[in-house]
Amino acid sequence: MKKYQYVIIGGSIAAVAAIEGIRSVDGAGSILVIGEENHIAYGRPLISYYLLGETDLPRMDYRPADFYEKNKVECMLGVRAAAVHPEEKTVELVGGEKVGYEKLLAATGSRPFEPPMSGIERVKERFSFMTMDDMLALERALSPEKRVLIVGAGLIGLKCFEGIAARVKHTAIVDLAPRILPSILDETGAKMVQRVLEAHNAAFYLADSVAHFDEHKATLKSGREVEFDILVTAVGVRPNVELIKEAGGEVSRGIAVDEGGRTTLPDIFAAGDCAESFDITSGTKKILALLPNAYFQGHAAGVNMAGGEETLTNAAPFNSIGFFGTHVMTAGCYEGEAHIDKTQNTYKVLFVKDGVLNGFILVNLPERAGIYTMLLRKRIPLEETDFKALEAAPKWSALPKEMRRDFAREV
Amino acid sequence: MKRIYVNEKWCLGCHLCEYECAYANSGIADMVRALKGKTIHPRVQVDEEGDIHFAVNCRHCTDPICVKSCISGALTKGEDGIVRIDQNKCVGCLTCVLVCPYGAVLPSPEGHAAMKCQLCTDNMMGEPNCVKHCPNGAIVLGERDAL
Repeated sequence: MKKYQYVIIGGSIAAVAAIEGIRSVDGAGSILVIGEENHIAYGRPLISYYLLGETDLPRMDYRPADFYEKNKVECMLGVRAAAVHPEEKTVELVGGEKVGYEKLLAATGSRPFEPPMSGIERVKERFSFMTMDDMLALERALSPEKRVLIVGAGLIGLKCFEGIAARVKHTAIVDLAPRILPSILDETGAKMVQRVLEAHNAAFYLADSVAHFDEHKATLKSGREVEFDILVTAVGVRPNVELIKEAGGEVSRGIAVDEGGRTTLPDIFAAGDCAESFDITSGTKKILALLPNAYFQGHAAGVNMAGGEETLTNAAPFNSIGFFGTHVMTAGCYEGEAHIDKTQNTYKVLFVKDGVLNGFILVNLPERAGIYTMLLRKRIPLEETDFKALEAAPKWSALPKEMRRDFAREV
Repeated sequence: MKRIYVNEKWCLGCHLCEYECAYANSGIADMVRALKGKTIHPRVQVDEEGDIHFAVNCRHCTDPICVKSCISGALTKGEDGIVRIDQNKCVGCLTCVLVCPYGAVLPSPEGHAAMKCQLCTDNMMGEPNCVKHCPNGAIVLGERDAL
């Protein structure tokens, strides 16, 4: 049996981050990546940009071609881990082969959630939109005369729509929620984005769901009928927690980890969409299935696996996403006092709670938004700032003098 | 590494650095032709409120959150310490703009990418043009410890 200092199950963003974290401490220890997908790491959210024609397969690689060689990483791609045996410190692969580890990282990600839907097995052209292979399979089915039905008006479903809109006849989008992007937008923001999408030939069926599928027709709960050729399901994702759960590790919403990425099992870490984070803006543990968070968690886990010290103590949800040139940035949690500013094409809400900026929504106002994110993540008391000026625009000159002095020096 | 530092006390708020930056990155040798009648999109911007003003550009952070957050791997920190963006890899999601604590990564005017200060290593200037032309010596290039 082959043994490695570090074994990483999963080959995407958290895995790359862990490799970079490990190598910042340990330049030599052997690293094995066991990846289920048959690709080296790619920018997963780029799959919709590929369909739009804004990137291509080579440019989607998340790291340069020599990344694995340079970092002395062995990759087993297209291979599934079947079980983790913490007592003998091995990972069992499908087929029975075992590999040994000193430190293990579960970066197993998430998978599409497929709720039981009546008649769905009759739909032949049916796709998810999570991976490069999902996307390439969908692309092969696209053609200008085809009608598409997307179930789910969240981030995945709508980015998929943006990618295919110009390549199909029209698209219907169904969601149980009364508004689009319910996880990141309020009603006003959602309406603004919905208008943009409708201008690109999307028909929305909100506060509704599919009661029954025929091969080319969905009958909705409301009684309305939608005809389609291609079905994309994007109703949500579920974390891949099974390997750790079956090995005896604690799992609630996702794999439970401490601030350093340690699971409850010795020498086993977890990071990315399979693992929980502590969201400082809501004060709750949740899965923050966002690419930057996967990187932060993966990097901290890697450093700690190699004997260094790194913690992630200011996790929070934040999203930057565009649709046909309309740009949406959001962060945190939408509770507290709302400071609202709306114009024809822009929308800003700052949520102030307990004297700090705890959430925001910015539609078409990307300029310097990171200053708001910084205020939110650092919990800067707003009474020490010129909040009137900050409300108008994010700027450092509205911050206290000591902070500005640090700004000039600190990096 | 050498970084750009700005002394708030000496900044006049004249915005010349913004014009020098736009010129430096225009690819046009004649400054009048590069700037006259055009809306500029500089990578250094004067941050001001009341009588407080100072120029802001990329800090080339030791632990750059923009690089860690980039969804396409377009942002990198080189061995020389400079944080660079590969605009050909960038898809313009602006996650870097959302996370930069200094507001120093900016949307590109053409909309499909982000842009940032690369210390004039990516143009014909050879040295940071904002530093060279700051009339009051408020913008300086130096090692952190020497300042």
